[in-house]
Amino acid sequence: MDNFTRLLALMAGDEKHDPASYSTLDVLRVLYERVLSVSPATVDDPRRDRFLLSKGHGPAAYYAVLCDRGFIPESWLRDWATFDSPLGHHPDRNLIPGVEISSGSLGHGLPLAVGTALGLRAQGIDSRVVVLVGDAELDEGSNHEALELAAALGIDALTLVVIDNRSSSYAVPGRIASRLATEGWRVSTVDGRDHDELQAALSASPRAGAPSAVVATVLDEVAAA
Amino acid sequence: MTATVTPLLRDPRAQFGLTVTDLMGEDLSTALVLAEISARYFGEALRRHPERVVNVGIREQLLVNVGAGLALTGMRPIVHTFGTFLVERAFEQVKLGFGHQGVGGVLVGGGGSFDASTSGRTHQAQGDIALMDTLPDVVIHAPGTAAETDEVLRRAVADDGLHYVRIVEQTNTESFAGPGLHVVRRGSGGTVVALGPVLDEVLAATAGRDVTVLYAYAVRPFDAATFRAVLTSPEVVLVEPWLAGTSSRVVADALPDVPHRLLALGTRRLELRHYGTPAQHQRAHGLDAAGIRRSLDAFLDA
Repeated sequence: MDNFTRLLALMAGDEKHDPASYSTLDVLRVLYERVLSVSPATVDDPRRDRFLLSKGHGPAAYYAVLCDRGFIPESWLRDWATFDSPLGHHPDRNLIPGVEISSGSLGHGLPLAVGTALGLRAQGIDSRVVVLVGDAELDEGSNHEALELAAALGIDALTLVVIDNRSSSYAVPGRIASRLATEGWRVSTVDGRDHDELQAALSASPRAGAPSAVVATVLDEVAAA
Repeated sequence: MTATVTPLLRDPRAQFGLTVTDLMGEDLSTALVLAEISARYFGEALRRHPERVVNVGIREQLLVNVGAGLALTGMRPIVHTFGTFLVERAFEQVKLGFGHQGVGGVLVGGGGSFDASTSGRTHQAQGDIALMDTLPDVVIHAPGTAAETDEVLRRAVADDGLHYVRIVEQTNTESFAGPGLHVVRRGSGGTVVALGPVLDEVLAATAGRDVTVLYAYAVRPFDAATFRAVLTSPEVVLVEPWLAGTSSRVVADALPDVPHRLLALGTRRLELRHYGTPAQHQRAHGLDAAGIRRSLDAFLDA
């Protein structure tokens, strides 16, 4: 049993939980293990990379990764979402070290990430800002305001990761990638379970003048559900 | 009466442009976020500080969250459009982007209840103060003159909490300095509390009546201490140029142990469906001097 299976089981109680049922786990692991420059020691460093989990529902995989990387103690996992726990079913940045935004209501993370990237740029800080959304979350119109501005202002410190597990109603195949490309984003589509593919896409040096997006396709979760 | 300050300009909105441009030069942590509206006041700020002035276009949800994102990096955002789009349209962004993230900023809503009198309901924000008042620890200002606008903006930008500044074209003749309630007139037959740019109408409506008139452009927090200290009779009249009853709760909270009667005047809950001038809208809501006088007489002589 690997550490993630064990940590996720702490939150799931007696239920058996297969890490494959968490669509975000592999992306989160690759970001924290191989891509982002942030650690428990640098959570308040203005020059840290920022990761914003916009898709705040179902944060068990996020908490497991934060625990595995030493941001939060393992003792927090077992009684999560109880009254005095810092860990809710939606994360709160005011309660959890290393959490950049409080999320839960969909469609707020990308706009906040655009503002964050602009704030860093205005201060001459060249850190990356990575924001994770779900494909159905992109149904929220607020995202479209943000992705247009990010391209128009050439915010190349910004990376959008879309977990595409085909949960959007009225989805059109390929729409997300083509929409982003039309706006001027640099877009790649990868297997959301393949750590090397994810690493290559997420580590690619940003193109000057354009934000980047990685559409991570995760279909096994849908098949298992 | 409190000492007055010479108005720097006559128009509070132009003063907003001047003061913010000035503040952005003084404090490098400030940033200005716009959604097209009022951009003409900020040409100089944009030329001087292109990296700290962002016009997001006609995207109000983004407007608010870009401001919140800037605050997450330690900057002091000033976020502006018409109040109806800033607060009423994008309220969840205000609630979550600022309130729930736990970051501060200065939200500046223009237009108020009457400025866009020819534009109809779509451009009128009568509920902005009531909505902002649902959030914890928000400081709410309704300056009644250009000088008060200048004072409020400087104080709000220097602070680190969440502020809402309501800027409208309607003004009072006299400027007052500082937060809290100002005692404009003392009397013994009731207390009239004027909030924001309704003081001229209140003074005209109360002429010849033996009442105390209090004025504040600091809407929240409400100065309960001064209010209690000057109260001489159980009759209290609130006059505020936004949704009637918005400040009734702070009067009730200030007087839990004092039997009192309250008349709460403000804009009425109705779809007016008329155009014309701001003065005509004030009259339609009973907020002109004659309308206030009628309500006051009926209440105090009851």
